[in-house]
Amino acid sequence: MADDPSAGGPGGGPGTLEPTPGGERDWLRFRDDPAPDEPAVTLDTFLDQSNAVSVLIEAGDDVRRLAPVLDRVRLVEIDFPKFRDGRGFSSARILREMGYKGEIKAIGDVLVDLIYFMRRCGFDSFAPNVPLDRADVESVLNRYPHVYQHAAADDVPIWQLRHG
Amino acid sequence: MYKYDQYDQAMVDARVEDFRDQTRRRLEGKMTDDQFKPLRLKNGLYLQLHAYMLRVAIPYGTLNSRQLRKLAHIARTYDRGYGHFTTRQNLQYHWIKLEQAPDILAELAEVEMHCIQTSGESIRNISADHYAGAAADEIMDPRPWAETLRQMTTFMPEFSYLPRKFKIAVIAAKEDRAAMRWHDFGLRIVKNDAGEIGFEVYPGGGMGRTPFIAYKSSDFVPQHQIFSYLQAVLRVWNRNARRDNIHKQRMKILVHELGEEEFTRQVEEEFQHILTLGTDFPQAEYERIAAYFTPPPFETGLPDEIDRSDPDFAVWVDQQVAPHKAPGYAIANISLKPIQGIGGDMTAEQMEVVADLAERYSFDELRVAHTQNLVLPHVRKADLYAIWQALREAGLADANLDLVTDIIACPGLDYCTLANARSIPVAQKIAERFADLDRQKDLGELKIKISGCINACGHHHAGHIGILGVDRKGTENYQLLLGGSGDEETSQAKITGPGFDEAGIVDAVERAVERYREIREPGERFLDTYRRVGMDGFKEAIYG
Repeated sequence: MADDPSAGGPGGGPGTLEPTPGGERDWLRFRDDPAPDEPAVTLDTFLDQSNAVSVLIEAGDDVRRLAPVLDRVRLVEIDFPKFRDGRGFSSARILREMGYKGEIKAIGDVLVDLIYFMRRCGFDSFAPNVPLDRADVESVLNRYPHVYQHAAADDVPIWQLRHG
Repeated sequence: MYKYDQYDQAMVDARVEDFRDQTRRRLEGKMTDDQFKPLRLKNGLYLQLHAYMLRVAIPYGTLNSRQLRKLAHIARTYDRGYGHFTTRQNLQYHWIKLEQAPDILAELAEVEMHCIQTSGESIRNISADHYAGAAADEIMDPRPWAETLRQMTTFMPEFSYLPRKFKIAVIAAKEDRAAMRWHDFGLRIVKNDAGEIGFEVYPGGGMGRTPFIAYKSSDFVPQHQIFSYLQAVLRVWNRNARRDNIHKQRMKILVHELGEEEFTRQVEEEFQHILTLGTDFPQAEYERIAAYFTPPPFETGLPDEIDRSDPDFAVWVDQQVAPHKAPGYAIANISLKPIQGIGGDMTAEQMEVVADLAERYSFDELRVAHTQNLVLPHVRKADLYAIWQALREAGLADANLDLVTDIIACPGLDYCTLANARSIPVAQKIAERFADLDRQKDLGELKIKISGCINACGHHHAGHIGILGVDRKGTENYQLLLGGSGDEETSQAKITGPGFDEAGIVDAVERAVERYREIREPGERFLDTYRRVGMDGFKEAIYG
């Protein structure tokens, strides 16, 4: 999946489509920096603990509550309790709109056909409940040659290609 | 009409490969059926009672002859020789094999068509006034906006898994021929006092088991901010809707629970934020798309008279032909509601006849109406007789537009796993009861809409007369409703009282209709009379 580094990191931030070499699931991490190893705590706990750096966003959480403390966040884990629950897509996109450049990891019921859209929303690492087939992930990520609209990733929409 | 460029074509081609790969992984057992289901639904593939059903998108109901011929070819090659036009201006095939679905998508891609987002929890095919570009009362053609929004809402990553489906309609006329306020997101194109184009926005409508008519959230969203506004609406809904009960996840429920004022406030706040992100398309892109919708080269100096010397033809003209904005031209409606037939069904041969007519007489263009009829939008009045003769030959010359036999009915228990009762036989029995054309014409405009379950695919909430099939202790039972409308004075039909069995509902409809005939005042349609006298004016006649 390393064909097109230009499709790289979120919002022009760090990361390429080439996953970091290393542990078993590292091919699902699309960042160059070392992975934070502090376990994520719930949003309420995170807001209370001024030294926490990893936060878990559950499906009903309002990610905008992180705004005042965004500079200490290094990892946001966004949980998908079931794959049909799409709230996490908005959470990731809003985080990137807030200027967050750190890691956003999708956890839970993350299926291969979601990954492409998650990447476009600003997710840059994935820890699915059930392991994914690497070849399937690569083909899904490279399926669509263009996008029709802006999202968190810096893909150029088709209308912009048309008008230069 | 719009033509794909290399980008549009590349996206549709990629979708074919995407779905082929998804189907392969399912057939190889790499996905459970539960996991595959939303993927196939987002591509219009339902599992019905007997086979798979595939729904093809017909954006804003506009087709050319090449596309209709391809639909005929697919009907013949992969289905049983016919297709069914739907209330979202789409076409669906009811007898599809899963393993052939990717090949059908490839065939569609050859003629710039697809099944993207025609079902599932996605932004559905955008519908529009089926007289767009031809109607005398529109301020502009709404389809360039519908096409722009079609592109902008294709594969929107943030809304990959919306709480439920999301339907958009765009109109640009005073008269509402698209049931705009029965949509999740209705748009009416307007001009403000400064002569600028913008949108009145109506969110939160929808039928289903909990019907709501959309309210107006904004009088004027400037034209080039509409995509931001749409994203704001989608985001407020996506983040705040319930996710624990599929029957309470449509946007109309959130609007109802928050209240219109609070929903509007949240949308406004999100809208102001999203505007700062610069995601709206530029004027140049709108103009590029609008250029494909410039009016065809209408001839001038054509006669405005129609030779009515053939009385059968005159009957058809009176019912099926609507005024066109260009002198000497007319809009010709083709009924897909023959008395003995299944509303919206069309054989491959009939599709080819109509494709020929569109190519020869209507600047190669035709439309699908949400009422499940077809439209030749731009025909010379002088050609109407030849068109009528060809339609008659093909069994398509019924003259019942908007009359009591022009019934919308869902597929019902004959096809659908969700249905509680059959719809098609009820529609046929009503049509037979009122088959006499003089009687139909005497009754005037009367819209009957029949759903085989509370999901309301047959639009019973919007029927002047609505019929809802339910399951009552194991037998089919039909509730009668009166007073609904999908036009510019949108209203929701109300239940008359206890339900009826299959024979009983036809009699009950006839009693309601006869009551109207007794008490109507000059010039009143059924709906007008109902609005004047209310349910009480009908109840005794129906229940005795």
